[in-house]
Amino acid sequence: MSGYFDAATAMPLHPAARAALDAALDDGWADPGRLYREGRRARLLLDGAREATAEAIGARPDEVTFTPSGTLANHLAVLGALAARRRVGRHFVVSAVEHSTVLAAAAHHEGDGGETTTVGVDATGRVDAASYAAALRADTALASLQSANHEVATLQPVAEVAALCRERGVPLHVDAAQTVGRLPLDGWDLLSASARKWGGPTGVGVLAVRTGVRWRSPLPEDEHESGRFPGPVPLPLVVAAAAALRARTSAQAKDAERLAALTQRIRDELPVRIRDVDVLGPADAADRVPHIVAFSCLYVAGEALATELDRAGFSVSSGSSCSSSALTPSHVLAAMGALTHGNVRISLADDADESDVQRLLDVLPPIVAELRSRAGAADL
Amino acid sequence: MLGRLCPLPIIELARRIGDVAVGETVTVVADDPAAASDVPAWCRMREHDYLGATPEAHGTAYEVRRTH
Repeated sequence: MSGYFDAATAMPLHPAARAALDAALDDGWADPGRLYREGRRARLLLDGAREATAEAIGARPDEVTFTPSGTLANHLAVLGALAARRRVGRHFVVSAVEHSTVLAAAAHHEGDGGETTTVGVDATGRVDAASYAAALRADTALASLQSANHEVATLQPVAEVAALCRERGVPLHVDAAQTVGRLPLDGWDLLSASARKWGGPTGVGVLAVRTGVRWRSPLPEDEHESGRFPGPVPLPLVVAAAAALRARTSAQAKDAERLAALTQRIRDELPVRIRDVDVLGPADAADRVPHIVAFSCLYVAGEALATELDRAGFSVSSGSSCSSSALTPSHVLAAMGALTHGNVRISLADDADESDVQRLLDVLPPIVAELRSRAGAADL
Repeated sequence: MLGRLCPLPIIELARRIGDVAVGETVTVVADDPAAASDVPAWCRMREHDYLGATPEAHGTAYEVRRTH
């Protein structure tokens, strides 16, 4: 039983990762670039981790680079591809609901004299493939589209957009942070992911660049990671991340089905139990990533809702402003035209079960009623 | 509703909509950026007409027409 409902930010360490971490701390402390025995042992571990990661994301091992975070993987994917295709142009296409790290890279690019076109989404948070393609220009150097939205679960039409980008000769970067280890993915030219979202440790991100896709690191080069990321790889963490990914990928179909049933139950029952609740994202489960469900409650502050849920034993995140440090509401909710206050995102870890969901459904209605009453909005 | 954060401007809007006749409008002036999303979203959920936003010297004016 667990009330940890923020798996889309970070999952608890997978048991397979812990075992691999212990082993790699013993055997993987040396520099894998060295030719002596300890270095060779470390090299074997690194090669194994890279092969396992490549297999899980559908890449070749030499296409995979380990970075210190998904954040940096996104930054490097975007800035490196834009740098390498500077002769084509300086135009970058993104969706309005990309992770803030991709949008931060876009802002960085604009600050450097580049140009960005932002493609809007429908009320479910989904990009229209034709509208996305219409934003591509002769001077478009890169396009970026997430595999699934991290706040509202919406799966994006990556395969369609990839085909349209290919026709135009524009490489497609896919931020796959919410789907790696959960759902298969095809069509990317550059991919980024974050190990802590699949049960690996914090401190490992993945950047994959398809062979033949132009990409140049914006950072100074050294001998590590074939010149694609400077500095030694945190080998024990990388080995642990790969072990977690291997374990998750082998169970992904089963987990997806179970988690999808739980999030569906939350979607179905919330509007019955709480009035004036806006359940977000596509109605059809086939259009959603299985572990996330988000909703907004009218007349309630998201921060207060998250605080009361924490008190009741549930750890959730909120896209409402004044939650965390943000002064503006979530750009995802705003782009969808969703209610931004009273927002809660539930994202289920692997150990979430029916009883956790039942408890949540039981505690939420009185919390919302109490907060509305406190705001003088009980009768509105 | 200057200086008041969502959901307060929306709660005030919900209170005031009953003060006008069907077909008349209520204008909310707010400086919380969340109002730009939340006023139209409230109109959608409550099935009133959202007529648009106009920048003011301080904040933004959001106009809503009562439909029922």
